[in-house]
Amino acid sequence: MIPGPFRYRRVRSVDEAVALLSQLGTDAKILSGGQSLIPMMKFRLAEPTYLLDINAIPGLDFIEERDGMLHLGALVRESTLERSSLVRQRYPILHDTAEVIADPLVRNLATVGGNLAHGDPANDHPATMLALRAQVVARGPNGERIIPIDDFFVDTFVTALQPDELLTEIRIPAPPPRSGGAYLKFERKVGDYAIAAAAVFLALDEAGRITQAGIGLTNLAYKPLRALDAERALLGQQPSEELFRHAAELAAQATDPVSDLRGPADYKRAVARTMTLRALRRALERAQANA
Amino acid sequence: METLPIQVTVNGRTYTAEVEPRLLLVHFLRDVLNLTGTHIGCDTTSCGACTVLWNGRPVKSCTVFAVQVDGGEILTVEGLERDGQLHPVQEGFWEEHGLQCGFCTPGMMMTAVALLNENPDPTEEEIRKAISGNLCRCTGYVNIVKAIQYAARKMREGATVHVGGA
Repeated sequence: MIPGPFRYRRVRSVDEAVALLSQLGTDAKILSGGQSLIPMMKFRLAEPTYLLDINAIPGLDFIEERDGMLHLGALVRESTLERSSLVRQRYPILHDTAEVIADPLVRNLATVGGNLAHGDPANDHPATMLALRAQVVARGPNGERIIPIDDFFVDTFVTALQPDELLTEIRIPAPPPRSGGAYLKFERKVGDYAIAAAAVFLALDEAGRITQAGIGLTNLAYKPLRALDAERALLGQQPSEELFRHAAELAAQATDPVSDLRGPADYKRAVARTMTLRALRRALERAQANA
Repeated sequence: METLPIQVTVNGRTYTAEVEPRLLLVHFLRDVLNLTGTHIGCDTTSCGACTVLWNGRPVKSCTVFAVQVDGGEILTVEGLERDGQLHPVQEGFWEEHGLQCGFCTPGMMMTAVALLNENPDPTEEEIRKAISGNLCRCTGYVNIVKAIQYAARKMREGATVHVGGA
């Protein structure tokens, strides 16, 4: 399949990208890893007039912890995230996520920034970022703005990014003591989107009670979902199997999946419950090991 | 229609061409350079038959535009053999019969080459994970894994001989 014709510009700086976006508006699309955009262009679901290739912008592939935050540059490849020892040790939930995105070949090009900016509820990073209370940094003609992840996902394939803004960075609060997270995905085969997947982040106080709970869900609604009722049910409680089963049930109730080739809606909701329960257990294990 | 000049090193040889931005890397390799060893399977970023190494990393060449690799280095299956000698990965697929129809083989071998460059002594699990983006519909993967294990042994022995002989 051959994509429609377009003009191609390799941009060398964030400023140049923003200037071109301001000039071209919705005629332009940002080419990052291209692993979602290029297939959409081949199916003619996307027919941009201009592709602005940001891959040559230097310094957008950082993974660093400073000022109490993990800073991920928009161009960090999934395969880099997967291999990062900092991520593996301090943010195992991110490692869990990176290693189940698409397949290893796709991960060599696919970027964290693209995974979010695409706004696809079937993508894996959105749920994780919701559970972690991440922030998205965008640069536009008037400078930088920080978008809380809860405001970022607007609709299917629609984010809070404006046509003249470039996603440049993702910020994630550094994990407090006695905290842990996990991402669990149920998929038909490697490379497929999730039937259902759950991201859970928990923090405990010295008495072992839950002080912070984040639950994000993948491919279970028209946009990436945060299971707010389930989070509330966990706060202030001592973790227990009974509590986790209750929270997982609330998370499943929050979903609104569609019946498709990956299964009927009821089945997906049941898988969501199981994935949430297992992710809660693993997050707790990690939080307790992190005391 | 806009065309852009590109310069790409493929299998050690540098080529220049004028290409439409929408030309996919796999079509550039097959139709412009006549390097038809890289196969087109699904054409939808699923099967990995079109896998080539771009600056050393295995990628699906049906999901990269030729203009993106301007200034870069590409290695295809045609670049594996040296001076009439099969690459250890090619030899492994031959010796262990790591194929039936052979359609996935070029992509499978390119992924294996990249794996062994990064990890000379992979476990079976690491091999299976590395090739999980390359689909084979004939073999059930058993002989493919054996072929890569054969290549890993051969390359480690080669490295030992080289170091010992230096």
